[in-house]
Amino acid sequence: MNDSSPIVEVQGLVKHFPITQGIVFRHVVGAVRAVDGISFTIARGETLGLVGESGCGKTTAGRTLLGLYPATAGTVRIAGVAVHEAHGAELLAMRRKAQMIFQDPFGSLNPRWTISSIVGEPLRVHHLCQTEQERVGRVKELLGLVGLSARLVNRFPHEFSGGQRQRIGIARALASNPEFIVCDEPISALDVSIQAQVVNLLEDLQARFNLTYLFIAHDLSMVRHICSRVAVMYLGRLVEMAEKDELYDNPLHPYTRALLSAVPVPDPLVERQRQRVVLQGDVPNPAHPPAGCYFSPRCAEAKAECRTAAPPWRNAGGGHMVACHQ
Amino acid sequence: MPLLRVQDLRTRFHIPEGTVHAVNGISFDLQECETLALVGESGCGKSVSMLSILQLIPQPPGDIYGGTATYAGLELLGLPESDLEQIRGAEISMIFQEPMTALNPVLTVGRQITESLLTHTAMSRREARDRAAALLEGVGIPDAVRRLRCYPHEFSGGQRQRVMIAMALACDPKVLIADEPTTALDVTIQAQIIELMAALRERTGMAIIWITHDLGVVAGLAQRVIVMYAGFIVEEAPVEDLYADPRHPYTRALLAALPRVDRTRRERLKSIPGAPPNLLVEPQGCPFARRCELVVERCWAENPVLTAVGPNHRAACWIDVITGVPR
Repeated sequence: MNDSSPIVEVQGLVKHFPITQGIVFRHVVGAVRAVDGISFTIARGETLGLVGESGCGKTTAGRTLLGLYPATAGTVRIAGVAVHEAHGAELLAMRRKAQMIFQDPFGSLNPRWTISSIVGEPLRVHHLCQTEQERVGRVKELLGLVGLSARLVNRFPHEFSGGQRQRIGIARALASNPEFIVCDEPISALDVSIQAQVVNLLEDLQARFNLTYLFIAHDLSMVRHICSRVAVMYLGRLVEMAEKDELYDNPLHPYTRALLSAVPVPDPLVERQRQRVVLQGDVPNPAHPPAGCYFSPRCAEAKAECRTAAPPWRNAGGGHMVACHQ
Repeated sequence: MPLLRVQDLRTRFHIPEGTVHAVNGISFDLQECETLALVGESGCGKSVSMLSILQLIPQPPGDIYGGTATYAGLELLGLPESDLEQIRGAEISMIFQEPMTALNPVLTVGRQITESLLTHTAMSRREARDRAAALLEGVGIPDAVRRLRCYPHEFSGGQRQRVMIAMALACDPKVLIADEPTTALDVTIQAQIIELMAALRERTGMAIIWITHDLGVVAGLAQRVIVMYAGFIVEEAPVEDLYADPRHPYTRALLAALPRVDRTRRERLKSIPGAPPNLLVEPQGCPFARRCELVVERCWAENPVLTAVGPNHRAACWIDVITGVPR
């Protein structure tokens, strides 16, 4: 189902947040390097997983990608449009094609709006419906697509459970017939029995509308299930990216290996025999990243060169990209 | 005799919208030195049942309206507050989910760790401080003597959880209740904390009740598992049996809904239709009936009791899930 032309092209994307001091004479004293130069492409119809621990910049990457934050440097092209240079009608058209599903099903829906207004908003913004009647009809159709009853259009978000709210968020993202959706931890706030429902729904919708997903998550088991390719992020940089089974069965970067070995497996017999690579210490402060490879202070295999020079982003064969000196 | 025996514990909450039936008669034993996992989704009553045992439920709106909880021969429910204070923190202590909110932000970590030592033991301030430093060292925080003077915001999330563990262990409790201690943490930090807890259990021989929703975490650390659903225990088994041979449709469905990091994808996830029941409605029949594949007439009218399905293995279901025929 993938055709060869990529729908999303990210080149050297950088997003720094300034750290300021002073009230009257405000001045910049440093920067949080949330995203520090990442490059990748996503082919039409595929699901790219972006994984990493909290604070590694994966959410910022997703938001900068869609132009929700201005980029500090680098370019993003979605369906041929340069996101950070587009204006006016071109920007609006890009936004119609690229949507987002948010992590928090409680915070991402306006509590004072009815479901009809929430799901119908993209239709209004992009002038996709001529009459009010047509809009309500389309909202009902969208609710049906995500498995909610059309009778619920006049309810408010607080009347729904977490899983149902996430479905409403998905319906809103689908309203403008997008081609590309950034799913920012869409299931991490949900219970296990509801997670599987939402993941299956996302897969069904992808098959039906040939959607392309960037699936941001920290649950590596679910990422292996849903994604076709996976990129691992650490402290604002990509450390490894490969086809999913290649990445999980043959991880090359020491951080990927540690991350995978830390994920618990629901099988006591496997758990008893597993050799864990337990990382020492915490993720460094992204305002003052270490010199050389960002992972070197926690890496058991670090050599002298790792502490001085940043490793290049190289192809280790078959499109398996890794940033490591070893 | 078990270290802790809970029988027919019932807790409800009276709120303006009605009565929340949070815990509906649960019974279990905890043996010495055992790690017991309490598994279930949010709202299934796993935390409330533990808080009820320690009488940490505000009454009202809470109402512990039935059951007993016997710790080493002593009945905890209905014990006066002054006696409970001798138990809490000294004999049974608890670690909470959110290390950010469970610590007091305006007191130093040293003050918070020494508090229980000064309350429960005859230690002087100096002795308590030395013991606190040793505890902090013991949970893997370097430079402990200096760190005692730091405030919680100066620690990372994983370190705060270590501080919580040090506080809980201060008086060498016999039972440690860990309420989702790693849920707010990243997987690599979670692995550190699990490793630490296993080492501490080895060293101190305390019994641990680990509350979690993560069946992966349970597999690696528990000896026995209790699965809860809508305020009822639906299955209880040794950890190997629960994963190899789950006997309740809910447990089976949960395990089937989990993708695995060590296996390539075979098929779509098997999702459980619907959502957990509304706890405002008085439970009738089996709480899982509405979402169950194997439901029969009887499930709607009568709630199945926990019955033995194997050695140390109990499940509450009218159907034998292996053969598909009613018991």
